[in-house]
Amino acid sequence: MRELSGWGRYPRAECRVIAGRGEAELRAVLAQNDSLIARGNGRSYGDSALNPAATLAMCHDDRLLDFDPATGRLTAEAGVMLADVIATFLPRGFFPPVTPGTKFVTLGGMIAADVHGKNHHRAGSFGDHVESLDLMLAGGGVVTCSASSNRDLFDATRGGMGLTGIILRATFRLIPVETAYIRQETLRARDLDETMELFERSRDWTYSVAWIDCLARNGGLGRSLLMRGEHAAAAELPDSRRATPFAVPAKGEKRVPLDLPACALNRWSVRAFNGVYYRRAGTGVALVDYDRFFYPLDAILDWNRLYGRQGLVQYQCVIPKDRSRAGLTALLERIARAGAGSFLSVLKLLGPGRGMLSFPLEGYTLALDFPASSASLDLLRELDAIVAAHGGRVYLAKDARLEAEALRHFYPGLEAFLSARKAADPAGRFASLQSRRLAL
Amino acid sequence: MNAMLILGATSDIARAISRAYAATGRTLILAAREPARLAPDLADLRIRGAADVRAVEFDVLDTAGHKAFLDSLGELPGTVVCVVGFMSDQARAETDFAAAELMMRSNYVGPAAILGEAANRMAARGSGTIIGISSVAGERGRAKNYVYGSAKAGFTAFLSGLRQRLALAKSPVRVITVIPGWVRTAMLEGTETPSLLTAEPAEVASAILKAEAGGSDRIYVRPVWRLVMALIRALPERVFKKLKF
Repeated sequence: MRELSGWGRYPRAECRVIAGRGEAELRAVLAQNDSLIARGNGRSYGDSALNPAATLAMCHDDRLLDFDPATGRLTAEAGVMLADVIATFLPRGFFPPVTPGTKFVTLGGMIAADVHGKNHHRAGSFGDHVESLDLMLAGGGVVTCSASSNRDLFDATRGGMGLTGIILRATFRLIPVETAYIRQETLRARDLDETMELFERSRDWTYSVAWIDCLARNGGLGRSLLMRGEHAAAAELPDSRRATPFAVPAKGEKRVPLDLPACALNRWSVRAFNGVYYRRAGTGVALVDYDRFFYPLDAILDWNRLYGRQGLVQYQCVIPKDRSRAGLTALLERIARAGAGSFLSVLKLLGPGRGMLSFPLEGYTLALDFPASSASLDLLRELDAIVAAHGGRVYLAKDARLEAEALRHFYPGLEAFLSARKAADPAGRFASLQSRRLAL
Repeated sequence: MNAMLILGATSDIARAISRAYAATGRTLILAAREPARLAPDLADLRIRGAADVRAVEFDVLDTAGHKAFLDSLGELPGTVVCVVGFMSDQARAETDFAAAELMMRSNYVGPAAILGEAANRMAARGSGTIIGISSVAGERGRAKNYVYGSAKAGFTAFLSGLRQRLALAKSPVRVITVIPGWVRTAMLEGTETPSLLTAEPAEVASAILKAEAGGSDRIYVRPVWRLVMALIRALPERVFKKLKF
């Protein structure tokens, strides 16, 4: 038994952790356990990769199985870390088609959570790039799922939070890049209207995201810094870097050495940070390396410890575009009034989604984190109501506290998901603390 | 000639070592009891850049077959790294000598036999590197794992003696002893260890790469272990014997 948690360190649970090494061992584990869930690198925030009876550590099956340099098509085992993919293929001129805000995620986890990135408005979610995947079902059999075979299971598994089976392998295409750099343009927006207008004007950019000051009120409500980016061409690099376009300057990794006391992040410290960050940030164009652009928080290992031993809850919701303005205004007003916002608040315009349990839908998504306190949990329940009233939904990969009833409002594709899952796993053997809480 | 032979290639540490060397474009020979299990690894290592890679059958306990095994490789590899290791239940080994003996043969007798033979052949050729993965458990016997520890102690002493013998004979063949400390591997599954003292398999691999390129004879993967073990070795026996750890 080991105490496990998601990245938010809330909730924690004593789980029996079983290493899965290869199909034969996984099949044996399935034969011996009535209830289990696969776990990648534990970067979902809440309780989606926790099962006290049996949590399967998938990180050992991490081999690259096939790569075609002509097309960028890669087949790899589910436990392969995105960081490993980048380290191996960026020097050869390839980059993941979609990346979340951390590279310390496994391919299996990326598929199960159907993660999205700063290019969702153009590229869709990671699941949209998966050409096929091999899934081990509850009975131990392995099926290949793709758009042309086992389509229902394919759709249910991408975003299915590991509840359809154990993802073993997947095939997807990397995209060609000329350098390890991003041409980034930073723009300042004074309020929500300006922020949304900037997103609209940035539709043709490959990447766009905004850091939003969720503690600003009244006239400054929704003020933000919008960053948009393109993969830099080799010709854009300064002469000194042109010979080694995939080399990035070595950076020191920083660690948060210990848990901060729970009071360290409070409305005053966060407001002060946000104010300084908003005013000081340099606007304009800059060449930044991919780590700084995509994974600024990865440079601070264990940043989740900033929230102290109690942990954090991350809240990410999306509001359909036609109701985004009203919905975001209501959310931001409520958050600012509570003075509870974080300094890691992110706003992004998503493109159309795919349904079932996959999170994205066309509209604005807002993500922020809160200390895992009872006051925060009360606030999040209020935010759920605002999101529901505006036809939006919350993201299960971040969730640790949603109620089953709310889920039904949020995901109209739930019935389709449940029937696909029922067909694959009638006894519901793939289960997590989250799936039980949500009556999935 | 520049090929690297990895003995005990299915372990987590061996996989990390294979990957680190594949990325440098080396030729790899993966030796394991069940080489068929390594099929996905062969694909993986080729994609990661290995010049060539193959899997061969090898049983460290079959000491009588070691010469034939090395013969079967064709050319003697430039480097041989032994990652073979086996830990079973200490309590059982206290009453069941067959269990104890299996640990002794797996961690000491077998590895010493194969590396001794490889070293002799390298010495005759006039070049080569021997790398043995030993353990902090071999530095002082503890109630918790002294059967395993005693075998590792024997292995560490064997490597040390072999290194001196070759140095005295002015042979260019190098012997490197690697002391990993705790590593997050299958062996440690289910055990909680302090994160400061627990290395990732990839750290072991990069430490080995560095030691092979540099001139180290004996390395601790995490330098803090050098201090920890110096303290543990310095404890007087009458104090040590009463410690529960």
